[in-house]
Amino acid sequence: MDNLASTMQTVPLDHYIWLCAIIFTIGVMGVLTRRNAIVIFMSVELMLNSVNLLLTAFSVHHNDPSGQVFVFFIMALAAAEVAVGLAIIVMVYRNTQSIDINVLNRLKW
Amino acid sequence: MINSLLWLIPLLPLLGFVINGLGRNTFSKSLVGIIGSGAVLASFVLSVILFFDLSGSTQKQFPVELFDWISAGNLHIPLSFLYDPLSSIMLLIITGIGFLIHLYSVGYMHDDAGFGKFFAYLNLFIFFMLILVLGSNYIVMFIGWEGVGLCSYLLIGFWYTNSNYASAAKKAFVMNRIGDLGFLLGVFLIFNTFGSVEFAKVFPQAASMMPGAGTITLITILLFIGACGKSAQLPLFTWLPDAMAGPTPVSALIHAATMVTAGIYMIARSSVLFDLAPTTQMIIAIIGTATALVAAIIALTQTDIKKVLAYSTVSQLGYMFLGLGVGAYTGSFFHVLTHAFFKALLFLGAGSVIHAMHHEQDMRHMGGLKGKLKITFATMMIGTIAIAGLPPFSGFFSKDEILAHAFEYNKVLWAIGLFTAFLTAFYMFRMMFLTFSGKYRGTHHAEEYIHESPKIMTYPLIVLAILAAIGGLINIPAVFGGNEWLAHWLTGAGIAHHELTLDHTTEFALMAVSVLAALIALFYAYTKYVKNAHVPVSDENKRSILAKISYNKFYLDEIYDAIITKPLDAFSRFFYRIIDKKVIDGLVNGFGWSATEGSKGLRLLQSGNVGFYIFMMVFGIIALLLYTYLSIA
Amino acid sequence: MGTSVFYFVATLSIIFSLMVIFSKNPIHSVLYLILTFFTFTVHYVLLNAQFLAVVNFIVYMGAIMVLFLFVLMLLNLNKENEPNKSALVKILGVIAGGCLLVTLVGSFKAVSINSPLVLQNPNLGLVKNLGKELFGPFMLPFELSSILLLTAMVGAVLLTKKEEKANG
Repeated sequence: MDNLASTMQTVPLDHYIWLCAIIFTIGVMGVLTRRNAIVIFMSVELMLNSVNLLLTAFSVHHNDPSGQVFVFFIMALAAAEVAVGLAIIVMVYRNTQSIDINVLNRLKW
Repeated sequence: MINSLLWLIPLLPLLGFVINGLGRNTFSKSLVGIIGSGAVLASFVLSVILFFDLSGSTQKQFPVELFDWISAGNLHIPLSFLYDPLSSIMLLIITGIGFLIHLYSVGYMHDDAGFGKFFAYLNLFIFFMLILVLGSNYIVMFIGWEGVGLCSYLLIGFWYTNSNYASAAKKAFVMNRIGDLGFLLGVFLIFNTFGSVEFAKVFPQAASMMPGAGTITLITILLFIGACGKSAQLPLFTWLPDAMAGPTPVSALIHAATMVTAGIYMIARSSVLFDLAPTTQMIIAIIGTATALVAAIIALTQTDIKKVLAYSTVSQLGYMFLGLGVGAYTGSFFHVLTHAFFKALLFLGAGSVIHAMHHEQDMRHMGGLKGKLKITFATMMIGTIAIAGLPPFSGFFSKDEILAHAFEYNKVLWAIGLFTAFLTAFYMFRMMFLTFSGKYRGTHHAEEYIHESPKIMTYPLIVLAILAAIGGLINIPAVFGGNEWLAHWLTGAGIAHHELTLDHTTEFALMAVSVLAALIALFYAYTKYVKNAHVPVSDENKRSILAKISYNKFYLDEIYDAIITKPLDAFSRFFYRIIDKKVIDGLVNGFGWSATEGSKGLRLLQSGNVGFYIFMMVFGIIALLLYTYLSIA
Repeated sequence: MGTSVFYFVATLSIIFSLMVIFSKNPIHSVLYLILTFFTFTVHYVLLNAQFLAVVNFIVYMGAIMVLFLFVLMLLNLNKENEPNKSALVKILGVIAGGCLLVTLVGSFKAVSINSPLVLQNPNLGLVKNLGKELFGPFMLPFELSSILLLTAMVGAVLLTKKEEKANG
């Protein structure tokens, strides 16, 4: 493991940032282009994970374990969020026989 | 003794006001009368005690500081009183005549529903009037000044259910306000110039200033404007005749004897300032003379008994201002004193007649009351002779002192004054003859109910008649071997006394001329209204042009209406219709309208499409990031 | 050699995440997402964050993704009949995403952190080290997160429970 970790020293922090930005943007695109609620939900997970990775990278960079603890908390939160979110989607499907978000257009005046 | 008792004098009427005001619905009428009159009587007794105290003392000025009222920066205004010969005389007039009129009111107002309210207001008036004359600085004087204006308003509109009376009250209030503004500005200017409003600090400083200095002239003119409003001088006198809408005792107390003389008191108090402003003095003399003349001419043709007396009051006030203008401060103040006696007497007498006639005030429906109202007739006759200026009654001395000073100052003013005296004698006797001699002209039914007033009303008449007869004796001029007691007394208050420089022959001649004028007027009135039994025509008949002008009061109300009220109305209507309704309302409604319409448009953005919302969110985030990026770069 | 591992795995993450959003069948999306998360696990290992790598492997790939799959199967949505958005919306979405990316990268460029990543403390991401941190300064949030999970569990059960007809 030691030699593996030491090789990382040659990867600039910038590249981590770019990778995370790209993945995050892909998540955003997924949210924007898809209509399936579950896929949108997955795109959100994608965004969360990109942020997790970035936090870890910075944690290593600054030699501060707090960043990784935060990632741990985000994972716990994501688990909770997924449980509740999927429950909501199940309820929506039960009521509308669909998980197309365009069906949910009552959110207006 | 003065220090310890002085504050009680205004406090007692205030207590009377509070007690009567709170208990006006529960107390019996006799209790209200006792409290109201008793408070003023107590003040009168105190005033007499203090008066003798003062005359026995070598010190003539007693400042009494009650407490510090306003203290801000270099402005210190204590609530303090000044007891000196001038205020001592005023205290005696106010409380003495005030008490008599309170007594009279017990009889006059006996059947009125607002009996308690009336006495409360009267006591409040006495309180404010005492504050006015006792104040040792212009601000305390101003409190009283405004307070008496308020009481005047309340009492003119006492029968407020009659809308004419209520608007007369408003008129008085508004006209007084115009004057008050002048007074207030004058006080501000005094503070600005002398750094204080205390009499004791202002006058010594002023004495060292150059006569005719611009500041002094401006101050005195502003103060005079204030006096014009309160004391009903041209051009602000039209409220006083309308003020006769109030109950007659009010007319006697406020609009003849006390409040309207506040302006004269104020100028006499500030005589040091006025002596330094010859321009202002000339203006005062001219306005006073003009007022005296105009009011006397109007009084010639009035048919309402109270209106005659009202215009007579305005005319006499004009006299007093003439006296002030020509520097006869003591003469003017002397006239204030005698006028308070005989005008209060005349008003109360007129009230007695009105009471007897069951609230009939038109002299064309009177006549021949001599036999039925003996005491009223006799006392009013004394008052009439006094005001006409026949010796040895009080009016003769005071009026002739003013006229003599006027003669010394300017012959034209003297001539007009003399002519006015002639007119005064004429219209007063005309009023007397129309009311008391000849045949009764009212309905036969009403005649049976005519009766002399109760004793509580006639006794004040008798007391006042005695005072009107002998009141002149306190200031017998040197030409009759008198010692001019009042003049010497008032010098103790720092009021300048200008000795006449005329020789005794001229003085006697002047007196003879004025007495002659009065006698001619008496004779003319007698032939016209007693021998020929002339009765003024009713409103429908035609009058000569001069009589018409006089009867319609020089159309002054109409002129004011045309040049002030109407343009103001038109202006207000313009602002109401164009500025307020179109511009301001339009602006406000426009904001509401644009918000509504804008929301109607924006609402369509809320399509309910979640995808659209997310799009917008992303664009928002992009915009934020861009902004941050640009601000960093 | 180590750097090329990073770039290789990074390319894989991007490709798999693109597949997540572009595959028509939701089931495929889920599977691609699992693959993406696996590449993330590799990233954590590369960063020597062993604890996170394990947690990510177990919680995300194991629990959460199975939950997704389970729901999809339960609702029988594994068809390719998803009503597509119009081409315009799709293009717009891609453009918006592109804009976001450009802005983000631009912003980061402005800040310009160009230093290479240095692992000063090899023990940083180990379980022992993180456990001390978690049960030390972060004790209270840790306990609170357990309450959060409990609440989420109760909420999920409550939401999916069938409403009883009588007296709802």
